[in-house]
Amino acid sequence: MFNLGGYGPHILAGAATTVELSLLSLAVSFILGLIGASAKLSKNRAARFAATVYTTLIRGVPDLVLMLLIFYSLQIWINDITDWLNSLQNSFDFEFTLDPFTSGVVTLGFIYGAYFTETFRGAFLAVPKGQLEAGRALGMRPSLVFRRILFPQMMRYALPGLGNNWQVILKATALVSIIGLSDVVFAAQQAGEATLNTFFYLCIAGAVYLVLTVISNGVLLLLERKYMIGVRKAVL
Amino acid sequence: MIYILQNYWRALLYSDGYHMTGIAMTLWLLVVSCAIGFCLALPLAIARNSENPFIWGPVWLYGFIFRGTPLYVQLLLIYTGVYGLHFVHNTPVLAGFFRSAINCTLFSFALNTGAYTTEIFYGAIRDTSHGEVEAGRAFGMSRFTLYRRVIIPSALRRALPMYSNEVILMLHATTLAFTATVPDILKVANDAYTATYAPFDAFGLAALIYLCISFSLILLFRKAERHFLAHLAS
Repeated sequence: MFNLGGYGPHILAGAATTVELSLLSLAVSFILGLIGASAKLSKNRAARFAATVYTTLIRGVPDLVLMLLIFYSLQIWINDITDWLNSLQNSFDFEFTLDPFTSGVVTLGFIYGAYFTETFRGAFLAVPKGQLEAGRALGMRPSLVFRRILFPQMMRYALPGLGNNWQVILKATALVSIIGLSDVVFAAQQAGEATLNTFFYLCIAGAVYLVLTVISNGVLLLLERKYMIGVRKAVL
Repeated sequence: MIYILQNYWRALLYSDGYHMTGIAMTLWLLVVSCAIGFCLALPLAIARNSENPFIWGPVWLYGFIFRGTPLYVQLLLIYTGVYGLHFVHNTPVLAGFFRSAINCTLFSFALNTGAYTTEIFYGAIRDTSHGEVEAGRAFGMSRFTLYRRVIIPSALRRALPMYSNEVILMLHATTLAFTATVPDILKVANDAYTATYAPFDAFGLAALIYLCISFSLILLFRKAERHFLAHLAS
């Protein structure tokens, strides 16, 4: 069924890479977003400043520019570090080559971490202060307050923004084929060039993204239902 | 850094001696695609608000497809895919249009931003307060006049914050033009990188330029918001 002139498995493998890359980048940017939002709301001035610089710089620069910047520079920096380590101790021979997948995850995670920071910041602020104070009054440690009180309530406010960010990440993974990762777009291009039918294969790639969008919309709806438990909705 | 600035400042700003490049090209891409997208979005947003499923259905489908797939795929499809089709290849008008990289780029950018802008305007038109519409009707306005005098001016004002976001995102999206060999800022930066092998300097410079353009656009839109949304300020 998924033969597609012999290129079905190739494109399917590309689609798997796309999904994998987006999920891992989502995880990285989710964590960076939580850290960034905490830094933005913290009392520490330096942390606030660093987080603000991070979000403004990243959100002001196109993701493709950042991706090329980080992808090409990261390897050079890593080489510098390993060279330095090797010069320190001659018996070691460090070498580390960055593959497009890892650098894709790192760059996408780093870029979208800034967008998640803004989403989480708004959601943190939306949780009533009394809830946190009540947790403290019960003798919970800050980490427990975060896990049991702040996080579950914050997620409810963050979900629409998270859903948006996820869709953007999913589509941004297409850019990683520019730096040589064999994702679904790359696979479709290869198949198109080999068979001289680029139009057809690129349409297939587009369809893959549409299917992924529909699936993620469904998952989002389920998540929303989970985090809306116990919230009364006004009947209009 | 100095070397890149000395050798590429003219290309980064406006021209490499033969073509428009750099900032001028990026801004040209941004303005033209946003202008076409805007003209496309306004009637489509009105159609999207129609009660007839045969009218809003196709508009919804257009939005679903163009907002559900990456712009890069759309650009590739239009730039490399369409030209390979036989009937396009054999029709001189179409072949001439799709052979040019800049035409394809502008075409795909306009369709893409049109889809997002349609959704923004659709929401703004839908949220027009019913009092405004009823007041217009009470004045005996025809449907056309109602849209022209009441609904659209009010909706466009309320859509301004969202629309400014879309324009900034479009600025970031114009970087994709370099994959279609259009000489925008990123293309010049990439040329500088391949000449010097100094990725941080070359792309960092491009990032700085984009940052400046982003901030200028944000300032411009903030001014516009203060002017057009003055009646909504509390």
